[in-house]
Amino acid sequence: MTSSVSKGCFVFKSASKKRKRHIGVGGYLVDDSDENGCDRFTICQKLWETVQMNTEVIQDQLNKKVLDSLAEFIKKPGLACSSDVWRQRGSEIPTAALMLGVNVPDHAMTFRSLCNLLQDSVTPFVVSVHAKECAAVKLLIQKVLEQLMGRGVSVDEEQEDDTALLQKTQCTISALCQWYKTVTKERRRQENKCTQVSPKRKENLAKNDLPVVVIFKDFEAFNSQVLQDFILICSRYTQELPFVFIFGIATSPSAIQHRLPHSVSSLLCIEVFHSLSCTQHLASVFDKLILNSQFPFKLSSRVIQVLVGIFLYHDFSVQNFVKGLQFSMLEHFNSQPLSVLCCQKHEALLSAKILSKQNVERIRHLPSFMRYVETQEPQEQVRLLTNDEHVKEVCQKLLKNLHTYHKNYYPILQCLHSLTSSLPKFPLGKHIRELHVSCIEKNLWETEEYDSALQLLRILAKDELVAALRSCAEILKSANTKRMQNVLQQLEDFLGRLEALQGVSSEDSSGNGVVSAKMEYQRTDLFQLQKTLLEKESRRTKRMNPFEVLRSQVIDFIDSLVREYLTPAEFQPLNEVCYYSSSGVLRQRLNVTPRTSIQAALTHPFYYLKNESLKTNTGTISSAAPDLCIVYKLHLECGRLINLYDWLEAYVTVMSAAEDQDTNSEECGKFDSLKHARFIQAVSEMEFLGFVKSTKQKTDHVARLTWGVVILTERRWQLHRNWPVYGYLHCLL
Amino acid sequence: MKIHLCLTGIKTIILDCNNISQYSVFLINSALMNRRDIMSAVNPDQYSYPSVFIYGHRATGKSHVVLSIMKDLELPHASVDCVECVSSGLLFHQVLSAFFGPDAAALLPRCPSLSDFVRLYKQMSSNSPATQTRYIILDRAERMRDMDFSLLPALLRLQELVNDNVTVILLSEIVWEKFRPNTGCFEPLLFHFPDYSKGKSLVQILSWDHHPSYTPELYASYINILLGVFFSVCRDLRELRHLAVLNFSKFCEPLEKGEAKESDIHKLWKNIEPHLQRAMQTVYLREVSSVQWEQQQMDEKEATTLRVLSAHAHIELPYYSKFLLIAAYLASFNPARTDRRFFLKSHGKIRKTNFLKKHEKTSNHLLGPKPFPLDRLMAIFYSVVDSRVAPTASIFSQISSLVTLQLLSQVGHDDQLDSPKYKCSVSLDFILAISRCVCVCVRLLDLLALSLVIQSQVVRQERSLFTAVSNLHLL
Repeated sequence: MTSSVSKGCFVFKSASKKRKRHIGVGGYLVDDSDENGCDRFTICQKLWETVQMNTEVIQDQLNKKVLDSLAEFIKKPGLACSSDVWRQRGSEIPTAALMLGVNVPDHAMTFRSLCNLLQDSVTPFVVSVHAKECAAVKLLIQKVLEQLMGRGVSVDEEQEDDTALLQKTQCTISALCQWYKTVTKERRRQENKCTQVSPKRKENLAKNDLPVVVIFKDFEAFNSQVLQDFILICSRYTQELPFVFIFGIATSPSAIQHRLPHSVSSLLCIEVFHSLSCTQHLASVFDKLILNSQFPFKLSSRVIQVLVGIFLYHDFSVQNFVKGLQFSMLEHFNSQPLSVLCCQKHEALLSAKILSKQNVERIRHLPSFMRYVETQEPQEQVRLLTNDEHVKEVCQKLLKNLHTYHKNYYPILQCLHSLTSSLPKFPLGKHIRELHVSCIEKNLWETEEYDSALQLLRILAKDELVAALRSCAEILKSANTKRMQNVLQQLEDFLGRLEALQGVSSEDSSGNGVVSAKMEYQRTDLFQLQKTLLEKESRRTKRMNPFEVLRSQVIDFIDSLVREYLTPAEFQPLNEVCYYSSSGVLRQRLNVTPRTSIQAALTHPFYYLKNESLKTNTGTISSAAPDLCIVYKLHLECGRLINLYDWLEAYVTVMSAAEDQDTNSEECGKFDSLKHARFIQAVSEMEFLGFVKSTKQKTDHVARLTWGVVILTERRWQLHRNWPVYGYLHCLL
Repeated sequence: MKIHLCLTGIKTIILDCNNISQYSVFLINSALMNRRDIMSAVNPDQYSYPSVFIYGHRATGKSHVVLSIMKDLELPHASVDCVECVSSGLLFHQVLSAFFGPDAAALLPRCPSLSDFVRLYKQMSSNSPATQTRYIILDRAERMRDMDFSLLPALLRLQELVNDNVTVILLSEIVWEKFRPNTGCFEPLLFHFPDYSKGKSLVQILSWDHHPSYTPELYASYINILLGVFFSVCRDLRELRHLAVLNFSKFCEPLEKGEAKESDIHKLWKNIEPHLQRAMQTVYLREVSSVQWEQQQMDEKEATTLRVLSAHAHIELPYYSKFLLIAAYLASFNPARTDRRFFLKSHGKIRKTNFLKKHEKTSNHLLGPKPFPLDRLMAIFYSVVDSRVAPTASIFSQISSLVTLQLLSQVGHDDQLDSPKYKCSVSLDFILAISRCVCVCVRLLDLLALSLVIQSQVVRQERSLFTAVSNLHLL
């Protein structure tokens, strides 16, 4: 979201930049150990480019509707304004309230495409302002003028001097008005020159002045006084300057009413536009990038859970989700040397042929490959373990298998989702990503949810079943492997039979479906008897009609499909090549905990400093540790208010305990000025880190803080505040 | 002082207006004053009163009257809207360029002070001495109080300073008493523009807008109906005119269809009255934009209910943000003393008597949200959220983004670094809606219910309180 601690902690951002900067310098990436770092880097980059392209395409597609309607809205008011002279409404400024949702990081992209769209198709006069830059009306107006006039100047050079002068002297909307008049005059003259338009058309043009669009990117963050003043000023000029406002609103339209009083909001003519919800957006990104056999890089279930968890629990930001994907890609290609094989099929096969000796050895050590070897014949096992060439061949075969696995996996997954997504209570999840996660995690058919879903499917009504199967067939049509075509054939066969049932539905309902009840009376205990009787009862009441028989056949068929194709990826040999699975690293990097790491550093300095002398048992305070750590540990033992003198004494005791145990106790009680100074410095560092703060309740005490650390880490650096050493000197000296 | 007498004599100004639009006829009060009187009022040969202060509610015709006089009599004047003047320099610039042309204004230094302005004005006016009184009209003069403190007193006696025949006219919506600086100043002439009365002036003025294709009488009766609905909530002439124009087509509908004649006032009233009531709830509050309103009138048959602005109150928030907001709400509206009771498992026995202090028994909703430190928010958050949450940076960034979204507000600026304080600025309904979609855990709902119980006056019915508490115990 906006300015926040987390932004500063996203390690991958700078990492990606660094990589990009070093595109030419392949050598930078090469470790001594692996020689194909460059290859992996190029593969990774290529993949990242496709990711970027795809996400942009998705965003454009999804936003198209709302952006188009916005552009329509902006084109319209030019006519409405001049329609009736006696109308008051002319002075209302047309305003679009664009609902964008709370995922603020994603807005930038939307606004960029909105700006481009407007500039291309509606008007060149588009200004977008950010609340941060506009703390006062003056700054806001300046911003608007700068953007507008700067752009206008670049169009025709003759006027450059004039506008520059204007800008220097005064920064008001009236100046903008003058500029606008000259520019439009110029435009019209040029247009007339270019095309001899009919007088009627000319009139039309004159009326249809190009609107000046001002986009307020983050409406909520604007100071409401600034906004009010700006709107008041602009409304004075609506006759000459056709303003159109766009408010980018993250919360709800009522924010407008909360921010603006009636006298100001009555100057606006507000219409609400809804952009798509972020969950929809995520779903389409997910479909395109993760549930796609064309995209070779895969995520394991845990990683998906981490990424989706960050999205759902923390920020709702698709942008950050994609960044997370990028990070896991970088991490995968960096840490897994075998990721050279993680590319399109033919390239993967090619590079499998020329695997280096090291990499062959690495393949042998892959858990999935080892599992594969174990299933082979002993002779084959020996060959696999000794013959490199043979491993390469097998590797090619396995890669092919992996690709076909993916090609079959996704259509079946989609089919299963389309079948189960309409079931009550969504036993297998509402979204396909949930189904996907549970599929690649474990054997789906062993879960209870799957059982209950199948049970629900078994009681589906006929028309529902047919509709669901139809949609499955649609999905399978797009899949182009042989096996899928086979499946499609079978499915269509079932559909045909279901359809044929229509005529003969009820006639021979008693006929073929009856299961002959053969009872073998053995020794009877009561429980057994009860059970068999119950079974008998249920069988008798449920005579299956042909539809039911067929239905159970269909469901069995689907069950068999699931068992065949939706096996967990883990069981596929060589899955480590494509699947990135270290969710722990990802969580550590993307969902940082500054507080815990600071505390870890202070309680266990060895963790970061790697100095042998710092290794201590928990609970003891070593004098070898940095002063700050000692002071920190001592402060943990205190209450809310800490007496500085007591603290100092405790500190000196710890220090002197190590130094001179043999010296007499007289000196022990005293402390020299060096220790004193070190203590003061450590305490001020504590305050700097936000663990304590001075308090007015007692003069020689400091108060402990619980959550100060996190807030401080960012803010302190921003303010460049001096270390507050002096605050303590007067207490102690 | 002739001018003084004349100006105080102005109770009403009607300009006969052959050359101006119909709107420039303005009625202010009952008495009349014709053009000749004003002419004598602004006698160019004499020095006029240095400053005039005109006040009255919005849309009572202050600036319109003044500007019409200026225009009508072709007096030299500079009209400045103080909202636009983000610095006093802009004000000087506009005044100088209006009186002496833009070249004179260009002579102003980069950040002109008052003395620069006075010097330049003197210089210019000595070159072109005033043949008539010059008028500086400052609209929305209340903004001047935020500018340089010496500006207002200086402008009030600008005539003395520049030694020129100049009058400063201040227009404002608030009374002069709120302007007077501590150090005292020259007292301007005060004029009050009273509100338009319903019976006469409003109807008369609004009737000027009558549609060319209908008779003025019909329009007047329409205006009467309109005022009957809106007068109780709105006396703003501008707004009323806007509403009148918006709804007139609907009023004329039966006439066009031939269902009624112009004389069937009652029938027309029956037709328009519910429509106007609806307009009062929507267009007037700008819940629905006027364009949408017009469109709706066009295709009335569909009877689509327009979604008003405040209807989309729901906000999708990330999971933990919801909990943070709930925690913030609880922290804001529950007394801190009660936290131990609500959020600790072993809070000890509840004493029946004086559990809440007397002042706490008044509804907290009436008192509004109270500020709370971050520590408390986090403590409540951790006891409210049902799973274990690491204190990650994203949790804290969510707090700051809630602040930028104005769902929380940060209070106090002195101790921002060490212990920032927040207030929850969302309503109970909002929180209930959120907790309803979050609440898998019943405990939270109970907590909310409990805090509700405490907040309302129901506290005295201690039984319900105790059942709520015992529910809490069970969980």
